Amino acid sequence: MSTARSGRDTTDVTLDSIRLGEVTMDDVTIHPDTLIRQAEVAYEHANPQLAENLLRAAELTLIPDDEVLAMYEALRPGRSTVDELRALATSLRDRRAPRTAALIEEAADAYARRGIAKQA
Amino acid sequence: MTDTQPIGRFRFMDAQRVNLDGFAVEDQSLGLIAFNADADPDPSLVLDGGGNVVEMDGRAATDFDLIDEFIARHGLDLSVSAEVMALDDDDFARRIVDINVPRAEIIRLTAGATPAKLARVLSRLRAAELVIAMTKMRARKTPSNQAHVTNRSDDPLLLAADAATAAAFGFREIETTVPVLGDAPSNAVAVSIGAAVGAVGVLVQCSVEEALELELGMAGLVSYAETVSIYGTEQIFIDGDDTPWSKALLTSAYASRGMKMRVTSGGGSEALMGAAENRSIFYLEARCVALARALGSQGVQNGGIDAASVSGSVPGGARSMMAENLMVMMRNLEACTGNDALMSESDVRRTSRTHPIFIAGTDFVCSGFGSIQRYDNMFGPSQWNSEDIDDFLIMQRDWTVDGGLRSAAEPDVARLRRRAANAVRDVYRFLGLADFQDVWVEQAIDAAGSKDIPAADLMTPLEASRIIRQSHVTMVDVVAALDACGYEIEAERLLAMLHARVDGDYLHTAAIFDEQMNVMSLVTDPNDYAGPGTGYEPAGSRLAELNSVRQQRSVSDLRDEQAAAAGDHFTVVGAAGQGSDPTEVSIGVSAATGRAIWTTLSGLSVVDVLDELLAGLEEEGCRGRIIRINDTVDLGMIGLTAARLSGSGIGIGLQAKGTALIHRRDLSPLANLELYSVAPTVTPELYRALGINAGRHAKGATPEPLRNPYSDMAIEARFHTKVVSLVAIERTCLKPEIGPEDLELRQ
Repeated sequence: MSTARSGRDTTDVTLDSIRLGEVTMDDVTIHPDTLIRQAEVAYEHANPQLAENLLRAAELTLIPDDEVLAMYEALRPGRSTVDELRALATSLRDRRAPRTAALIEEAADAYARRGIAKQA
Repeated sequence: MTDTQPIGRFRFMDAQRVNLDGFAVEDQSLGLIAFNADADPDPSLVLDGGGNVVEMDGRAATDFDLIDEFIARHGLDLSVSAEVMALDDDDFARRIVDINVPRAEIIRLTAGATPAKLARVLSRLRAAELVIAMTKMRARKTPSNQAHVTNRSDDPLLLAADAATAAAFGFREIETTVPVLGDAPSNAVAVSIGAAVGAVGVLVQCSVEEALELELGMAGLVSYAETVSIYGTEQIFIDGDDTPWSKALLTSAYASRGMKMRVTSGGGSEALMGAAENRSIFYLEARCVALARALGSQGVQNGGIDAASVSGSVPGGARSMMAENLMVMMRNLEACTGNDALMSESDVRRTSRTHPIFIAGTDFVCSGFGSIQRYDNMFGPSQWNSEDIDDFLIMQRDWTVDGGLRSAAEPDVARLRRRAANAVRDVYRFLGLADFQDVWVEQAIDAAGSKDIPAADLMTPLEASRIIRQSHVTMVDVVAALDACGYEIEAERLLAMLHARVDGDYLHTAAIFDEQMNVMSLVTDPNDYAGPGTGYEPAGSRLAELNSVRQQRSVSDLRDEQAAAAGDHFTVVGAAGQGSDPTEVSIGVSAATGRAIWTTLSGLSVVDVLDELLAGLEEEGCRGRIIRINDTVDLGMIGLTAARLSGSGIGIGLQAKGTALIHRRDLSPLANLELYSVAPTVTPELYRALGINAGRHAKGATPEPLRNPYSDMAIEARFHTKVVSLVAIERTCLKPEIGPEDLELRQ
């Protein structure tokens, strides 16, 4: 048994509840705490990078689909200026997504150094 | 003018299929070299006082490209770097192969090794060593396999029927894609439904442009992703419209929705795109694999992949593709080991490319076994395709190797295909996506490929996809529709896949589901190979499954087959005595002839064979006499016994399976006059000719010997199992206490 992002237990997400129209994708989406727990498992199995990925993912669970898609687009080559990336990172820090924010700050520096950010 | 035409032997060799393949002269400037190019850097790793990487593989941090930087920042365990970088290449290579060095120790060391270090160490391993290393290093103990399910028309009914078929044959992952991008949502839904009809817990992906693929995943319409491509040079990475950071975010995005994903690389892609920077194929791939680990991906699809034919064109190319897969395993990641894009026109060569990986076993032997027809594979033909499924099953049986497939019986597959096609029709109607005509459904069920479905309409998947996206249809809606249409089992199966996204256990390395929805992964099913008697070994019901192929036959099967042609044609006249008529030629028949065996290996009835022999003798003015020899299965002794009883001293020996010879009373058993050893190809005309020659021998002539009908068929492969059974039947008919008997033949 696991708890979904919506707070509902999977044991409660059944064909009966689907018949009643009482299930949304939120009821079948992973909870951040589960990802944090799975990150520990990954760490114990000699893959700290997978663990770090799962911790970043835990942060992203709280961000809506379209925003996640937009963040991915922003990180593609030539899409964002360095300042735009830094602003995105700052907003993520404010939304308690520090690991994702750090990744984007790092990208901003790397893109600036290698000249692949959008020119301001 | 001189004739420049090559000699016949070379004309013949030139015509062989392998000569359709392209082979390149090594050219480092084009990146056409498998291992160890001059421009590949010497391995190095230098840290500053603060533990930051200031140099990696000969390049200063200030000069790092994006790939270097991401690997240096995220990809290396700096606590073991000094140890592993100082390790002698051969010493490291030997530890990889050494069964007494545990997998975990290799994982520990590899975590600190730079791309150039691993590239150099793995270039030391020879083919047989790669097999042992792979056996030990793969993450999941139980091997598995992935199928491609696509077709030219994105026909939802055929996709569903073929997905169900793939699941029935044992594939645990199914990858689909589209010829028309707009069809992707429909393909995802149709394949997911079909897979659920076929088996519990089959993972499904739809390989399309990165953002759309993620969108499909977020809607739950697919259960994993693989088309997250990474490259070994910065230029090609950016040309692919991504950076290591965008890929890292994508990797996390999938995990944030509870979805398994792996990245795709594969040697040779940089050379194919003309930007290999004079590096070897293997070194560039080593950068990809290090990056994959740095990104936090649980796994990698590599081993050539779309550029397999580039690797395949250079010396050592097949070895380098296998070493790519091994490198993934050493980075403690799931290995989805190529063997997908067809890299040769030659059946021998493509089998040779796959076979060492197949016998070692990997997390997915093929990262896309084309379970459909070659022409329907929208990735391009695979290394293995639907025409090879029986070959693959039999290879598993030959080597007692679990390649992830199992046999499926025709009635079961027919039933599953019908249910899958009907389920998609009903769900599409329920959701208002499409209405399918009965004729289309029936054609899809029976089809071996999309060319068998003239009723398919190309606009249907496009329109269905438009509605899926516009009305935000999710997998929850698909489950509800299946349930409402009476497919409760499949609804439960797809709901279980949604539950798995909440559990998150299948985010771990090399995760698949078994058919009870248990996760099998690095965590729950770790590979523990440490030499003979350890690690994965198919046993119990799985071993029985591997051993049982639909083509196998037993003696009793053959006995039944023979009994179907039974007739009452022979009457025993009495004990056979010594003949005195000089025109008499005896035909000794084996004990089972007309008793338990009525049909020869060439499909003739034994009565017809005897008729031909008798007619041949008659043409020469001789009289045939049929004698059953009850005390031996040996054809030489049958013929010799007949010759000794014959008035002319000449006898014909005939086994019920059709093997025949001419013998003479004064010869030793094995020194016959003429022999038809290849029973399966003997025709009525040849039996008549044998009768004629026997008659000529009886008259003291020296006839021109008959030529055995040899061919290029693998006659022994086709018939030896039958021969074993037929000889066993012959033995059961022996009655040594009864001497030779004269028979009367009735029509």
